Amino acid sequence: MSTINTTINGKSEAIQDVDPSTPLLWVLRDHLGLVGTKYGCGIAQCGACTVHIDGSPVRSCSTPVSAAQGKSVTTIEGLAVNVGALTAVQQAWVEHDVPQCGYCQAGQIMSATALLKANPNPSDADIDAAMSGNFCRCGTYPRIRAAIHSAAKAQRGEKA
Amino acid sequence: MSKQADSLQIANVSRRRFLKGMAGAGALVLAVRWTPSFAQDQEKAYGADAMPNGWVDDPNVFISIDPDGTVTVTNHRAEMGQGIRTSLVMVVADELGADWDRVRVEQAEGNEKKYGNQNTDGSRSMRHWFEPMRRAGAAARTMLEQAAAQQWSVPVSECKAGVHTVVHQPSGRALGFGDLAEAAAQLPVPERSTLQLKPASEWRYIGKNSGPQPDGKIGQRPLAIDGEEIVEGRAVYGADVRLDGMLYAVIARPPVYGAKLGSFDDSKALKVPGVVKVVTVGGQPIAFNPLGGVAVVAENTWAAIAGRNALSIQWDNSTAGDNASYDSIAYRKKLEQTAKSPGKVIREKGDAEAALADADRRVEATYYMPHLAQAPMEPPVAIARIVDGKAEIWGPVQNPQATRDTVAGRLGMDPAKVTVNVTLLGGGFGRKSKPDFVVEAADLSRQFGGRPVRVQWTREDDLHHSYFHAVSLDHLEAGLDGEGRPLAWRHRTLSPSIGSLFGPDPKHKGEFELGMGFSTMPFDIPAIRLENPEASAHVRIGWYRAVYNLPHAFAIQSFASEMAAAAGRDHRDYLLELLGPARKIDPRDFGDSWNYDENPQLYPIDIGRMRAVVEKATEAAGWGREMPKGRGLGLAVHHSFVAYTAVVLDVEVTDAGDVIVHNADMAFDCGPQVNPDRIRSQLEGACVMGIGIGLHSEISAENGRIQQDNFHQYQIPRMSHAPRNIRVHLINGGFDEPLGGVGEPGMPPVAPALCNAIFAATGKRIRRLPVGDQLRS
Repeated sequence: MSTINTTINGKSEAIQDVDPSTPLLWVLRDHLGLVGTKYGCGIAQCGACTVHIDGSPVRSCSTPVSAAQGKSVTTIEGLAVNVGALTAVQQAWVEHDVPQCGYCQAGQIMSATALLKANPNPSDADIDAAMSGNFCRCGTYPRIRAAIHSAAKAQRGEKA
Repeated sequence: MSKQADSLQIANVSRRRFLKGMAGAGALVLAVRWTPSFAQDQEKAYGADAMPNGWVDDPNVFISIDPDGTVTVTNHRAEMGQGIRTSLVMVVADELGADWDRVRVEQAEGNEKKYGNQNTDGSRSMRHWFEPMRRAGAAARTMLEQAAAQQWSVPVSECKAGVHTVVHQPSGRALGFGDLAEAAAQLPVPERSTLQLKPASEWRYIGKNSGPQPDGKIGQRPLAIDGEEIVEGRAVYGADVRLDGMLYAVIARPPVYGAKLGSFDDSKALKVPGVVKVVTVGGQPIAFNPLGGVAVVAENTWAAIAGRNALSIQWDNSTAGDNASYDSIAYRKKLEQTAKSPGKVIREKGDAEAALADADRRVEATYYMPHLAQAPMEPPVAIARIVDGKAEIWGPVQNPQATRDTVAGRLGMDPAKVTVNVTLLGGGFGRKSKPDFVVEAADLSRQFGGRPVRVQWTREDDLHHSYFHAVSLDHLEAGLDGEGRPLAWRHRTLSPSIGSLFGPDPKHKGEFELGMGFSTMPFDIPAIRLENPEASAHVRIGWYRAVYNLPHAFAIQSFASEMAAAAGRDHRDYLLELLGPARKIDPRDFGDSWNYDENPQLYPIDIGRMRAVVEKATEAAGWGREMPKGRGLGLAVHHSFVAYTAVVLDVEVTDAGDVIVHNADMAFDCGPQVNPDRIRSQLEGACVMGIGIGLHSEISAENGRIQQDNFHQYQIPRMSHAPRNIRVHLINGGFDEPLGGVGEPGMPPVAPALCNAIFAATGKRIRRLPVGDQLRS
């Protein structure tokens, strides 16, 4: 049981007493109390557990905590720079009333955020490709798509 | 609901709850309650009156106002994505005159004596609670106006609530709700008969942003009350509750329904770091009881999962009967055989057998829908602790009172000693109306001296041990005359009954199951014969969103399309002829006295409304236009949960046999539209979920074991399966109609519309769901 030194939402963490093969998801939820990241399948199928490691989206249910050693992890709780200030993606989600039950939406937002970072103006096909690993049982996909386009527009506007 | 005031009982209502902060001061708060008095009134109870513990409309139960003016509305229904925490609060806020920005919502614990019925299923929340919540809001508004009148020593008729203030109209003086709360809390609740409900013209929230889909425009409606917390990851679901000293449990349950634990070896499990103990959980394969099994209890979830993986268990199938040999493919073949012979007659009009024999042409088809699992994104999860002989539960439950009663039964406790805290539900779809998973947590907490225990179901647990949607086989025959007009219709439906969950397997569908679109089949055909042959259950059967409407609509609406094709007629025109002229049918005339527990005189089967949704959906989709090669439009209509839905899907089948749903037009008539945008999103979701049923989803069994372990095998729809455009057309939203359901009625016509579109695109008829790879060459 070695110590995992990592940064989570901008804060240094020395994670102890955890088997390094433990999935990052359960360390976030059970050890650190960051329960915004959700369990949905445990086998990297549904995307509910999506977080960023050094800005790239990963499925935390199937990523050992050891993979966070020396890296920077961002969860839904740390997405906005300031508490209460929503990112363009989160804001678009609210305005489009995307969530129904909302359980999968943290993962959806983390994937959408990563997509827009890599591709500021995604096509519908780009959205299909980037988002098809994030399941929503309520079927909010049309609104997720609209919100991503909306957030992309807002982000481009900010830069301009 | 006017006659209900007759037997109103008001008993010692304390008004203190109205003033925030005094609720916990030991004040006794009794509900104003209408008690059905069947002895005096021979009329059957309907709607909310027919539900256990009825309804409550006391403002003291649901509304409190802080001195700073913050209005807190208690929502007593489970929130699982249907938006009820927003929509019911909109209703209260509107009648009260509250400013939306100063309203918050508080979730009620499970307590039907206090709140009235809380069982959140059957698409009933708004249907049953619109009027009581309006009255609660109106009563509180009246009390604020009376308090202002007293303070100013003026007639109450001169005082009128505006937005979060009461204004003395002659002088223009005004007091805020917060200023008046304390005085208002001392006043008696006005008699129900004296309440003045606001006319629709004064509503600021109810029904706003109705009309056509706003095409990306952001409306002025109140946004979802939990929206920001959800997108920030702060919203609390069942899985997110954390208590000091909490243990984490994962349970191995018998793979075969009705089997029990034989022997097990936990030596390896106990060596997994973090595993605390391995214990057994008693089970009983009936109703809402757990299935039983072996629980690995650990210091964290991952240790519990790893510990369970290390268990070695021998299950004993001797108590499972022929469930242990259940094979869903063999079972389908057996149903196909059974469907060849007559079954129990459910409805008969004319001589269908003779008419079939005499027909110029016969059409015949057999349809199959497999088992399905609800698979909410949040698998079942619950936390329990027991302190000083009292149990406290946290969980995502659709039916908090049943949860309370079942847990109390398990623990041998008075239900009054069980507190059920209802979290947000990460999806429900019927799965979380059964609290078996909560009982597991309670049982384990007891075994650990009352220590908090969280039971986490993995996705594998969820798929293996769902309360499955029953498999269904429907065999239809029709006789047509020389012009292709229908002369006779015979439908045999076979499906295990949910009754099998609660007692000896009835082997026939119950009235409420048949009433979900089978006995209530509305077509205007001279001779009709409806039969229900025997089918027995071999897995745990339960509700799934829209329930038996799904197979009934799939069969009937597919077959209508097949009849149209056989007659060489346009499907839409033929469907309208099958429906016949606009008329209102009393479902009792079809032998259905259930009617979703609604009054058949208020809620007949309205053929005019069915026709209207068909006409709207087809018109919006450009029905009849030339379609490119490999692409077609498919139509279906269905009446369920006292609402009407028609769907047209625009579907492409590629050369490789892939199905792409490009567009959906859904016309929906649920009567009054309280929160139109949420109705649209419910219909969008129903469209996507319905496409999943059509294309991908299937639970199968071999040797009594479910074969799908996780989402790589149980396919549910993804972003790429959703239509690029889902256009929801809300029609007939007048508040002069009674309210219909919303959460479920969008689902049933989707899969048949999909298969009818595939037929239009390719000439290939899909009769067995899901489509899967049936179109691949």
